[in-house]
Order: sequence, then C-alpha cells, then structure tokens
Amino acid sequence: MTQLMVNGQTREVDADPDTPLLYVLRDDLELHAAKYGCGLGQCGSCTVIVDGEAALSCVTPLLLVEGRSITTLEGLGTAEDPGPMQQAFIEEQAAQCGYCIAGMMMRAQALLQKNPDASDAEIREALEPHLCRCGTHMRILKAVHRAAGLMRAASAAPAKGAA
Amino acid sequence: MKRSALIAIGLVAVLAVLGAGAAYYAWEPEIPPVDPGKRPAFDPALIRRGAVLAALGDCNTCHTAPGGKPFAGGLPIPTPFGTIYSTNITPDAETGIGRWPEAAFARAMRRGVDRERRHQYPAFPYDHFTKVTDEDNRALYAFLMTRQPVGAETPPNALPFPINFRPIVAGWKLLFLREGPYKPDPSRDAVWNRGAYLVEGIGHCGACHTPRNMLGAEKQGQMFSGGDAEGWHAFAINHQSPSPILWDATALAAYLRQGWHGMHGVARGPMAPVTANLANAPDEDVTAIAAYVASVMGEASPERREQSDRLISAAKPSGIGDKPQSAGSQTVPPTASGDLGKAIYASTCASCHESGRPVPYGGISLSLSSVVNSDDPRNLINVVLAGLPAAEGVKTAIMPGFAAVLTDPQAVALLAYLRAEFSDRPAWTGLEAQLREARQSHVALKTTSGPGRPTSETISEDKP
Repeated sequence: MTQLMVNGQTREVDADPDTPLLYVLRDDLELHAAKYGCGLGQCGSCTVIVDGEAALSCVTPLLLVEGRSITTLEGLGTAEDPGPMQQAFIEEQAAQCGYCIAGMMMRAQALLQKNPDASDAEIREALEPHLCRCGTHMRILKAVHRAAGLMRAASAAPAKGAA
Repeated sequence: MKRSALIAIGLVAVLAVLGAGAAYYAWEPEIPPVDPGKRPAFDPALIRRGAVLAALGDCNTCHTAPGGKPFAGGLPIPTPFGTIYSTNITPDAETGIGRWPEAAFARAMRRGVDRERRHQYPAFPYDHFTKVTDEDNRALYAFLMTRQPVGAETPPNALPFPINFRPIVAGWKLLFLREGPYKPDPSRDAVWNRGAYLVEGIGHCGACHTPRNMLGAEKQGQMFSGGDAEGWHAFAINHQSPSPILWDATALAAYLRQGWHGMHGVARGPMAPVTANLANAPDEDVTAIAAYVASVMGEASPERREQSDRLISAAKPSGIGDKPQSAGSQTVPPTASGDLGKAIYASTCASCHESGRPVPYGGISLSLSSVVNSDDPRNLINVVLAGLPAAEGVKTAIMPGFAAVLTDPQAVALLAYLRAEFSDRPAWTGLEAQLREARQSHVALKTTSGPGRPTSETISEDKP
C-alpha cells in the first residue's frame, strides 16, 4: 500500500509503484478532473499540483510521490462552491470542449500561489506546456488574470470563517 | 574560496602587465561621431550579406534581452568576474551605435575598442572577431545600421575593482589578443578555409567550446577541448568529443542546421539559439563549418569506430512513420529490482527513450547520448530538471521537466543509474552539490530559447 495526501486527505492506494499518478487518481481514487491527453507529458491536460509545483501526472509514477501532497482540480472547489480559479474560468466562459482546462487551471493555480501578481508574460510562459485545440487561449489568459484578481480580493477582505 | 584566490592571483598578474599593456596599446584615439541622418544609403546586397554574417555570428543571442527588441542589448552575461550587460547595437543615436562611423565598428571588431576609445571587455569575443575581414565588417555594419533604432540604455556592469577599470583590459589584450584577419592555409581547400574562417572568426565557437584560464582567456593548447556556457557544459569538439557515435561532416551539418540529429540528440541550452540562427544560413557556409569541425575532430581510432558502429546497430532507430507517435507509452519495462534509479528510469523515462520513435519526436536512446557520456554531468542535470521547453519560432524536440516531482535523492539515483547503464565512463562524483546548484541557477534553466529569446525569425521580420 502506498500512502498519498490527496486534496488534504490521507489516501491509501494499492497499485504498482510504476503506475502513473494519473491512473491512480482516475482509476483508484475516482478523481476524474485530470485528463489523459497524450500520455507523454506533451499536452498538459493531466497537470496536478505536487507539493505546490505543477506536475504532469501521466509521466509521474507513483513511486516518486509516495507520502507527498497532491492537489487536483477537485481540491480547488466544487460545482456548488467553486474556488476563485474555477469561478474565474466560469465567468470568462474560458472552456469550449474543456478537455485541457483542468490542466490549465492547475498550472495557473500553482503559478498564482507562488506569484500572486504574475504578469501577462509570466502567465503565458507558465502555460506554454499546455495545448488547447479549440483555441480558447485568449479567454484562458483573461480567466487567469481574473482569478488573480479574485484571489487578491479574497486575501484583502477580512476572513469570514474560512477553514 | 579556491576560485577567489585564483582570481586574486590573476588580478595581480593583470596589474603587472597593465603598464606594459597600456604602453603597447598606447592611447587609442576617439573616432569622431557621425550624424546618423547623413549616413549614405547602403547597397541592399551588402545588407543581405551582413544579415547572413550576423546570423553566423549569433549577434542577436547576446545583444537581445529576454523579451527585448532584437540587438537592443541588456542581456546579463554571468562571468567568473562579475556580470556584464550586452550593449545596444541598434543604430539609435543616443543609446545604440548610431553615431559610430564604419571605422569605429571595424576597430571594435578588430581590437575591442569602442568609438569613444574605451577598451571593451572580452565578453564581446573580439579575440575571434579580429579575424573577420574588412569586407565582412563593412557588410555587418551595413546590416546593423539598417535595423530599427531602439532607445534602450545598457545597464551598468556589475564588476568588482579593479576589473571595473577598463584600461586594465589593455593588459589582457597584450597577453591574449592576436590581432589581424584570418590567414587562409594554402595547404587546405577553399571549403576548409571558409569553415575555419567562420568557426574561428565570426562564429566564435571557441568562446564556449574551449576552456578558459584564470584570466578568462581561452587556453591556447586546448582549443575546442570543451568549456563552460552559462551553467551548461559546451562539449569538446575535437578528438576529445564525448559523443559515443562518431561525428562526420554530414551529421554535423544536419545537426547545426536543424538543431538535432537522430544519432546524436538535440541542441539545447546556449547551443539552441546557435542552431536556430544556422537554420537560415546558406548551405555552403553550414557545410564549410561542418567540414572544418569534422577535420578538427580528426580520424577516430579503430576502437572508437568499432564502438560507434556497434552502438548504431544496437540502437536500430526506426524511421519516421514506422511507429505511431504513441508507441511504447503503455509498454513500460518491468521494474522488479531494488535499484531506485532503474525503477525511475523504467517508469518515467522509458516510455519515450525506449519507444523506438525517432528523434526528435521520440527520445534518443541514451546509449547514443553525449550528455550521458560526458564527464561533466551538468547538461543531463539541466535537462532532467527543466526538460526541453518548447521554443518560440523554431521547430524542436520537447521534453517535460522533472524538477517539481524529483526529490534530490531520487534525482541523484536516476543520474547515477543513467551513467552506469548507458556509458562505459566512470561514475560522476559530487552529483548532490551540482544538482543543488542547478536547481538554484535560473540562468542554466532559462537559456533554452524559451519565450523572449531571439530567434532567426525575429530578425528576419525587420529585414529591409
């Protein structure tokens, strides 16, 4: 059994150590936000956050992340109570088919956690490993800027009983 | 500690020759400025020739800051002595070289003195550019003077005393500058001589590929024995080349032009912008460079040739289209072994590097890789951490970086395994320290022709 910290909860997984983290998340833990795109670490749709850094879960075997803290899109909020990144993508209607969007959001989330005031150039550079074949790039960029604004507003507002 | 002691000794030596140097180089006169508005028009053919030479000389690579305008300077260049900022070589009158007459440009190329008669630091490689002919300097001047003027002040250099005192450079020149244009070797053919002229002159290949002494000059007896480039190792390109597969002129020309070669791998780090520029250079120039470098590498021993042939037949790369691009991604070799490095390789790297898909779409078989066979592990460390990011404006291989997921012990186990498995060379030592250094170094991981790095295409945009 391998222990992982996924979205703040300790989870036990019974999988071979060479199993890609993506398969563990989707098949064993039934977290379906991270997507299988290319399986080669070249499209970005499988991106999750490992210890605060964006990582491509399709080329990250379980043995590398034992005991580490993993955040998936499910960890950023729910349909009823979306987090600022999700809220911003809804408000900008940044998805068309949506297949790449979970990965885009996780990369952007990792960037803004480290650099809340990321410039447009920094956002573009960070999202470079991500492919979107529908071509909603401009809306995605707008959504990330909006998310940064929502996060700044939330951190400026007085805490209201947040966990 | 040791390096600073060496530098201190070096400084004393420089001071000692300073007086002699100043006398030898006497007082360079200031060259009167010209009015940029009154410059006569240039022949378009001359400008085009200058554009080719500027690409062969990679002028844009140093003289463009990340995200900045081409040739406007401002790129910080880390040296063991401090940071030097590249200058603005657009024809802007106030912040560029717009007021320089051709004689001032030619003097800077020939012996590293600017129009105002200040000695230039040899980070501007005039120890190579001195070999450029007057005719080629005229073409380069015509090209630069017809670029878009950009108002951009060059940031002040961050150099300690006494190196920040420019006349000290006269002593350096006395010791290390062999002034004068390239002299053809009559015993060699025209192609070889063209290659030597380009490689040793405007191309300044030795600036990275030759090791430097404590005064920052290229070691004369060790030409092309391998050197340093911004946190990367520039491989030896003489008989000491670490490549397990023998290079020849055909392979070199293909590699230089397209930035990768199926049996050798991908040009990355500071070599990436070089190949991006050569992609648009004339065939005959790239062929000449390749012919000269192949002759510098020389004939391989029968043992090396046999090893090379053996590796080629063992690697059996498939041709483009032989396998679907996803081949191998689901067929990871079993990892039933206690070796952490092997387990990481099998589960993380093998899906690309054992897929049989040809370079650049698949990963190279690592037994062919100079990066794994070099005695300097920095390039492999850089690539494992940062991957091969997509470059703007050029077609290249890409590879995801693993800095985020690999812990230091995991990375060291992987590096040690790759060295043991895919090379006959002795194990690397000090991997932990080099790994930490690479993780902290933004330079090493940023010089990968990522966003904002100039490419040949950004230059051609504003061709007249």
